[in-house]
Amino acid sequence: MKADIRVLIAKPGLDGHDQGAKVVVRALMDAGFEVIYTGLRQSPAAVARVALEEDVDVIGLSSMAGSHLSFCRRLRELLAENKLTDKLWIIGGNIPKRDFGELKEIGLDGIFPTGTHFEEITEFIKENVT
Amino acid sequence: MSIDPAQKPLINESGIEVKTLYTLEDVAASGGVGMVGNPGEYPFTRGIHPEMYRKRPWTMRQYTGFANAKKTNERFKYLIANGQTGLNVAFDLPTQIGLDTDDPMALGEVGRVGMAVDTLRDFEIAFDGIDLDRITVSLTINGAATVLIAMYLVMAEKRGYDISKLRGTAQNDILKEFIGRGTWVFPVEPSVKLVCDTIEYCAKNAPKYTPVSVCGYHIRESGADPAEEMAYAFCIAKAYTDGALERGLDIDEFAGRLSFNFNIYGNIFEQVAKFRAGRSLWARIMKEEYGAKNPRSMWLRMIAGGGGNGLYAEQPEVNIMRGAYYALIGALGGAQTMDLCCYDEAYTIPSEFAQRLSLRTMQLLTEESGLCDTVDPLAGSYYVETLTNQMRERMQQIMAEVDVEGGIVKMVSEGTIQARVSARAYDTQRKILSGEIHKVGVNCYRLEDEEEHEPQFHPYDEGAAQKQIDATNAIKAERDQSEVERKLARVKNDAESGNNVMPAIMAAVRAYATVGEITSKLAEVYGHYQEPIRF
Repeated sequence: MKADIRVLIAKPGLDGHDQGAKVVVRALMDAGFEVIYTGLRQSPAAVARVALEEDVDVIGLSSMAGSHLSFCRRLRELLAENKLTDKLWIIGGNIPKRDFGELKEIGLDGIFPTGTHFEEITEFIKENVT
Repeated sequence: MSIDPAQKPLINESGIEVKTLYTLEDVAASGGVGMVGNPGEYPFTRGIHPEMYRKRPWTMRQYTGFANAKKTNERFKYLIANGQTGLNVAFDLPTQIGLDTDDPMALGEVGRVGMAVDTLRDFEIAFDGIDLDRITVSLTINGAATVLIAMYLVMAEKRGYDISKLRGTAQNDILKEFIGRGTWVFPVEPSVKLVCDTIEYCAKNAPKYTPVSVCGYHIRESGADPAEEMAYAFCIAKAYTDGALERGLDIDEFAGRLSFNFNIYGNIFEQVAKFRAGRSLWARIMKEEYGAKNPRSMWLRMIAGGGGNGLYAEQPEVNIMRGAYYALIGALGGAQTMDLCCYDEAYTIPSEFAQRLSLRTMQLLTEESGLCDTVDPLAGSYYVETLTNQMRERMQQIMAEVDVEGGIVKMVSEGTIQARVSARAYDTQRKILSGEIHKVGVNCYRLEDEEEHEPQFHPYDEGAAQKQIDATNAIKAERDQSEVERKLARVKNDAESGNNVMPAIMAAVRAYATVGEITSKLAEVYGHYQEPIRF
């Protein structure tokens, strides 16, 4: 496991439901990660820019209002352009099971729907950031 | 959950210890029955009306809206045909934050969580064929509230309604948007100014319209406990009240048109005590702190709703039963209006079927179960009266803490209240994950295979955005562009001069200026909110 893992938690799109994102930020901080939280209303370009500038190891999205697929499709292109595809890319929130396959195809490494145990997220990050 | 009295004390969500048994002595020790009174009389603990539901059951107002005005109008009519008695309009996120459908930030969000609105035409279509005297309309709009309230008033005016007699409600509680829900646009100070503009404008021009519904609801959704929910809402309502008084309004000119929105998920008795306690506390604040003389100004009128945060994606059908208990809480709590989250809402825009079930849930209470027969039936319960006193005391404590911290506006601006609420959410989530708090089907009585229990999804129409853009472009081609520009210039001018912007916005709306055009004029003056990130 890499020391000093840096995790970006971003709220994509216009939705303002940030309870889950903030809860996960706190859990990751308590687990010893360095966490950068973007706040609300991040465009795909903004997420890619912050990921690059902050030199994060993990790009995490929190989506609650159903726009995850179209957002991730657009973000994928920007991650490729910015050579960020080697970063661990994860998503959490209100993600129905039927979308898991497509999200994996887009390039998401981990999907953590509501109710996921914090340890599941932190262990996944520790195991997969090298 | 089995309770072993020898184990550690049982503490409710609001931090109050719950005993195994209550007697008259507990009521006396908690402050007695001096604040109970009669329904319809100060301090209104038992209800704001003497006869409550015997005279009129609560208004049933399901949160509804998707795609565009036409589709939403069809759903409105379906719900009205099924016995719904009010409307509660859901707008899509671009509309909620003052963006037009063709804004690049709107991509993928148009019509997704509510109906898209660009111009007055969308309001004309959405409410077509609906009698606005018989069916009152509540607009769930905050960041762009000045524009959408203006659209509603202008639409009604054009249909021949006298807006001085028109009833209806706008949510328009921006301070809670900074704490939870997040559809803010402008910085805190001008945002509060705009709320006061609507209060002042309505007091003078549309005195039966409710321009603000102060929401504890979303603060609770974001993590606050029930006592905090109500206490923070009262702090917010006081901030708007102070702003309106600074305009030179008399308290009785507008206080009777403030309303509230509270959550109904959680412990049944704690929730009912919350509503009873809150009614008397608000009445006392209005009478003693603000010198209100009209009893109407002292009423805690409310929509009780939800409670989204109490519903789960796991075994979604269980949410139907949860909703039934929430409705029971709303009825026992004396709400004027109710909105139940639908069982599929953790996943999707509710289906017609799910919305009908929510309506039927409430109708079971009004028609079959005797909930409308007798006012405040839990009054006199040793437990409920004790808890009501304790909840009132707890709320007062929390409000005093906010005062010590410099007031709710300062706390919101600095992000301290947001940090406090999210810390509480984290604490609760840890307790759910550890099993300390039981959630049926979530951390106990789970199913091995959840997949087959996902409900049907509301289809999202990917082509909806383009259709909406085309429709708005057609309106833009028809409207008098130079008139639109003059009206928009006046909006900016009035914002710069510190005038009440509502008359200018009404005029711009009449000229078919768009939500985005008007909002961007205001933003040129006020700027945009920068979220304080605090943990």
